[in-house]
Amino acid sequence: MVAAAELAPPTGAFEPGKAVEPPLLRIEGVAKNFGSFRAVNGVSLDIRAGEFFALLGPSGCGKTTLLRMLAGFETPDEGRILLDGRDIARVLPHERPVNMMFQNYALFPHLNVRDNIAFGLKRARMSRAEIAVRVAEMMALVKLEGLEKRKPDQLSGGQRQRVALARSLARRPKLLLLDEPLAALDKKLRESTQIELMEVQRRLGMTFIIVTHDQEEAMTVANRIGVMDAGRLDQVATPRELYEAPNSRWIAEFVGDINLFQGEVTSRVQSDLTIATREAGTLTASEPHSAISKTMVFLAVRPEKIKLSRHGPAADGEGSAINRLGGVVTDVSYLGGTTTYKVKLDSGVVIRSSMANTTRLDKDSHGPGQRVVAWFTPDDCVVLEQ
Amino acid sequence: MAARVRRLSRFNIVSLTLGLVFLYLPIVILVVFSFNASRLVTVWGGWSLRWYRELFNDSAMIEAAWMSLRVAATSASIATLLGTLAAVALSRGEGFKGRTLFSGMLYAPLVMPEVITGLSLLLLFVAINAERGFWTVTIAHTTLTMCFVAVVVQSRLGSLDKSLEEAAMDLGCSPPRAFLAVTRPLIVPAIVAGWMLAFTLSLDDLVIASFTTGPGAATLPIRIYSEVRLGVKPEINAICTLVIALIAVVIIVASLVAKLSSVKGESAAPL
Repeated sequence: MVAAAELAPPTGAFEPGKAVEPPLLRIEGVAKNFGSFRAVNGVSLDIRAGEFFALLGPSGCGKTTLLRMLAGFETPDEGRILLDGRDIARVLPHERPVNMMFQNYALFPHLNVRDNIAFGLKRARMSRAEIAVRVAEMMALVKLEGLEKRKPDQLSGGQRQRVALARSLARRPKLLLLDEPLAALDKKLRESTQIELMEVQRRLGMTFIIVTHDQEEAMTVANRIGVMDAGRLDQVATPRELYEAPNSRWIAEFVGDINLFQGEVTSRVQSDLTIATREAGTLTASEPHSAISKTMVFLAVRPEKIKLSRHGPAADGEGSAINRLGGVVTDVSYLGGTTTYKVKLDSGVVIRSSMANTTRLDKDSHGPGQRVVAWFTPDDCVVLEQ
Repeated sequence: MAARVRRLSRFNIVSLTLGLVFLYLPIVILVVFSFNASRLVTVWGGWSLRWYRELFNDSAMIEAAWMSLRVAATSASIATLLGTLAAVALSRGEGFKGRTLFSGMLYAPLVMPEVITGLSLLLLFVAINAERGFWTVTIAHTTLTMCFVAVVVQSRLGSLDKSLEEAAMDLGCSPPRAFLAVTRPLIVPAIVAGWMLAFTLSLDDLVIASFTTGPGAATLPIRIYSEVRLGVKPEINAICTLVIALIAVVIIVASLVAKLSSVKGESAAPL
């Protein structure tokens, strides 16, 4: 599945009926250089109508440059950008049926909220009455009624964000680009705004592409996520695939927390691999997705897949395949919903385990110094070649 | 200031008073003596508007004042146009080579001694055999003041968010339209302030004007200076008071324009 991820229809919440239609947006081998720096390096991607797509990556990975090429502020040096089958790579920004919401909102300071939202409509030669109707509709959509006459500097950060969203949606673009739209908001407001953004997208049935460096935000809002690093698109997958089946060590570490063990494949029975690791002895992994050809691999386990108990699971028929690692708890962080433990294995390596606090009264918590068995099943392991 | 409601200390009050007295006492004396009834400049002879009456009958002085106003208005307008264009080119033209050099060259007249500017312009006008008078003074003042305009407008352009114009383009404006619809209304206060600055600089200039003017085209500062060399007449006090009043009005209007446009630039952008 790793190799096929880019082309395979998403298995997530997205309506499967639309997958057969040609994509709304097709990016083909797009590259952009700034001097000798290759900001975007041969990116190809299909985005279907109605999708909420997230471009995720650390700062400087080229995601904003890619977005700006879709908006028309940068021209690709190589490749094509097809919107509804038409190559728009060299079309000027004002001639594209694409709108963008800017990171700092870029609201016009000399215009009030109403005129900011109406700005693009006036350019589109809509009649006065139509504009009034559309503006009222947008104000209602983003819940800004009553603030028509305010200037941007008389609004709070959250209200400015809504004006920017309304302004970019007012022209009903085929594609809305959002450049870190929530970066300026505080955490609570950001979370509620993410939900509203999803509602707006669903209600209008529009196609959204959001750029973000916040993996939680990408996972919350998007149907599919494209992870970028150093100008390349490394993996395109649904949030679940990205988290449970990352295709590289880098992505496994970038998206969420992970425990990694390097080792050598010693035997293989169908999809069951036996891997000899230096840090954790011999481990068993079940990896039905990817065909592992190398012998030196990384075995990755998410912290919440590792359970801790004093004596390990009961050794029933299936239990023999369970990986058990002995160690001592060194650190306990109580985070409310979950508790994170650091366990020092007998080999000296520290692993992390995260367990949900499902009961209020914790009868068998593990304190520092406690000797425990950390265990996880072969199904919970991801085997990575790179 | 509202945040720090700290009372001024005695030292602060004294130094502030001394400073203001140092700056404004000569001007206050000049204004008061312009209303002096006595012919002697240093002796107070009661209030009178006599010198203002006499001033309005002094056709040479009135002519010089009119000349100065025309030069100031014309050169300020040309300087505003050229300075604004230069500022836009320098802050927006990212691609062109030698931008730093051009900026530096634009700012050089700011620090150039006026004697040198005046002399070099005089040499130029002599070399091209231009008849010296209204236009040579106007051109000379334009070269001096346009860099002030450029500095004021460029600093405003630099403080503007570049994504504003991009947003306008994204919403359907061609690049020139984006400039007119978004950038222009936002830099208008700076342009107005630049014009006023250029106007007052030109009105005030003596050195460059005396180098570049010709017979029969004396500006007010030249006229005043030549009169004063023959002795200070109370009439000079009167004309200086009028100039101070004019400049005060210009500065107050400029700051009001700047304040109003930042508080509410309503309908500043005709869409």
